Amino acid sequence: MDNLLRIKNGVAVLRSSIPRVDYGDFFRTLSEFVKNDGFIVQFFAYEENGQYRLVAVVRNHDLYVLQTEVGTIFKSFTGAVSEKFHMFEREIAEQYGLKPDGHPWLKMVRYHENYSGEKDVFANDYSKEIPGNYPYFAIGGESIHEVGVGPVHAGIIEPGHFRFQCAGEEVLHLEIQLGYQHRGIEKMMPKLPQKRYPIVAESIAGDTAVGHNLCLCQGIEALAGLGVDKKASIVRCIALELERIANHVGDLGALSGDVAFNPPAAYLGRIRGEFLNLLQVLCGNRFGKGLLRPGGVAHLMGEEQCLLIKEKIAEIRPEIEHVCDLLFTAHTVLARFENTGTVAYQTAKDLGLVGYAGRACGLAYDVRVAFPSECYRELGTNRNRVINGDVNSRATVRREEIMHSLTLIDTLVKMYEQDGDIPTAVRAGEHRLAPDAFVVTVNEGWRGEVSHCILTDSAGKIVRYKIKDPSFHNWTGLAMSLRNQEISDFPLCNKSFNLSYCGFDL
Amino acid sequence: MLKIIKNRFEQGCKTSEYPKKPISLYRRYRGMPVINGQCSEEIVDRCAALCPQDAINSEEKSIDLGRCVFCGQCEAEGDGEFVRFSTNFELGSASRKALVTTGEMPDLADHSRRHFKKLFGRSLQLRQVSAAGCNSCEADTNVLNTPFFDLSRFGIDFVASPRHADGIHVTGPVSRNMKQALLATYEAVPSPKVVIASGSCAISGGPFYGSDEIVGDLNSLIPVDLYIPGCPPHPLTTLHALLKFFKQ
Repeated sequence: MDNLLRIKNGVAVLRSSIPRVDYGDFFRTLSEFVKNDGFIVQFFAYEENGQYRLVAVVRNHDLYVLQTEVGTIFKSFTGAVSEKFHMFEREIAEQYGLKPDGHPWLKMVRYHENYSGEKDVFANDYSKEIPGNYPYFAIGGESIHEVGVGPVHAGIIEPGHFRFQCAGEEVLHLEIQLGYQHRGIEKMMPKLPQKRYPIVAESIAGDTAVGHNLCLCQGIEALAGLGVDKKASIVRCIALELERIANHVGDLGALSGDVAFNPPAAYLGRIRGEFLNLLQVLCGNRFGKGLLRPGGVAHLMGEEQCLLIKEKIAEIRPEIEHVCDLLFTAHTVLARFENTGTVAYQTAKDLGLVGYAGRACGLAYDVRVAFPSECYRELGTNRNRVINGDVNSRATVRREEIMHSLTLIDTLVKMYEQDGDIPTAVRAGEHRLAPDAFVVTVNEGWRGEVSHCILTDSAGKIVRYKIKDPSFHNWTGLAMSLRNQEISDFPLCNKSFNLSYCGFDL
Repeated sequence: MLKIIKNRFEQGCKTSEYPKKPISLYRRYRGMPVINGQCSEEIVDRCAALCPQDAINSEEKSIDLGRCVFCGQCEAEGDGEFVRFSTNFELGSASRKALVTTGEMPDLADHSRRHFKKLFGRSLQLRQVSAAGCNSCEADTNVLNTPFFDLSRFGIDFVASPRHADGIHVTGPVSRNMKQALLATYEAVPSPKVVIASGSCAISGGPFYGSDEIVGDLNSLIPVDLYIPGCPPHPLTTLHALLKFFKQ
């Protein structure tokens, strides 16, 4: 613990102030931290002057950072200490050719050539296009059969491969293999002019455009010493909450459709559009693209926009209440929702689930409460009552969050109207970034903890841009929820998590 | 049961009357750009330098809607002297060239191929392929199935199998890792078939242009018949393009 440097969300520190310990100390310190209710926010490698460094950003009630230097092989945490490291270590192996020795399931995450030019850990020949065509965990036995689904699915949905090991209808194991959406974002970021950053950040995961762009903007602001007007900050929070409501409403509708209860599916599908339209009122784009820029927002609200938002929310709130009541009191729905796809509290904790998937299992972590940025310190918090870890809990948590966010928006609009400042809209520009600096930003996107991490060199140029979507933690949760479930419940479980493919694949 | 009826009454009929009646979008929406050809070169140059997508050609004073993500930064420069974005969402085009615009676009209905109208005008089944799309194009295509747009009333549906489809609707910059699956899906669609590139990613690589993990231009892989620009295209842009291209 003594080794760790305590940092603040969105506050830059000098890279030289981050303790650089030898790997033995690094391993001991992190192991102890993670075993004592500590969670991983970021764990990644970068290269400088021909040396590889591992950086870990971890959290309990505070944020901490630690780094070490490694060769091309290092002792794995995954098997020895905690499953929380599982995907992060695979990612490090794939991105830099550094092998986590002793990793129990060392497999590519996305299938791409590494950045460093080291020998490939997986011995792949990347001139061959074989994504998805690698060995999967298999269960032997005469009555076992395997079901493979994807990458192209039956519907308008992103690509990914799901491999089920089943005994009859029962799923014994599900392995999820992604990477089809890999666009090389982390690799391209340091090479881009700053004017392209927000555009790329908004498209890391289009349904979390505001969440990811908020992390980017706060990171650049910290490094460039930019302040944000109070009113711009309020607009950012309104956008983040609108994004949350739109996605939660849409997913409740889709869950209803998945259990063949069509009226709420139709109503909520349409109501979701109302919230996308409110984002369009804010900034001209239904996903909030083009709104946030380092230093503030590109579009402020006038009386007209405030009024439109207030009126629409007043109109639609009772509708949502009524449709949710219809959905959650239908016994056919509850029969399918309850006790389906259960993830136990201990499993969720071991995996480090975040967002509503974690809260539905009893992990109360919400970045808006734990590490509040923007106006969240001044806003009320939410508590979830149904925390059994099943589909019903995940759906109920979202229902509660919709109502909570509606209240937040009401409060935020009032705050905006009462604030006397006259701020100006900002535009994307080039900013001088602090040299040799490090910053991590975390925000509660609608799926959970979104985090960006930026490292600059002595000239203030970005040397490493690290992105983490909450889905990076939670996909494993979905795989666990399918254990001993009927395979026909997969769509329902999948939708209850509704994770991001492109946010994971980057 | 009573609750269902009660909700049904509260919800009423929400289906849009578009295209029978025109529909207007909120004024902040950025659609077809209105370009001022008389604008001073200095301002156009500034807009071009500012454009994150390098979509502005300052010599021709044109904007490439296939690259543009409609972020509106150029509109903010010089107080809209060079370009203002109108709320006209009719952006679909049958040719890539026509997307490079100085403010005019050819009418899509005249431009599209006659035999497509004959073949698919009454029934069009599409298979959607997300090839590294960020899920906003996919999401705003999906909403066409909600009661407001109710796409199937026009005889257009998104189907589960390429074998049942008349064509594919592609989103995303086509990652290397999706190239094979995309081509396999295309192969599986029986001929004659249509290819629709939706969103700036599928047309030009969008925000990810220049990345070596993407193809970046769908047309370089398979011949594209219809381009729908936007980041993402507004559902009405897609609806308009489909109706004009196949039905009128």
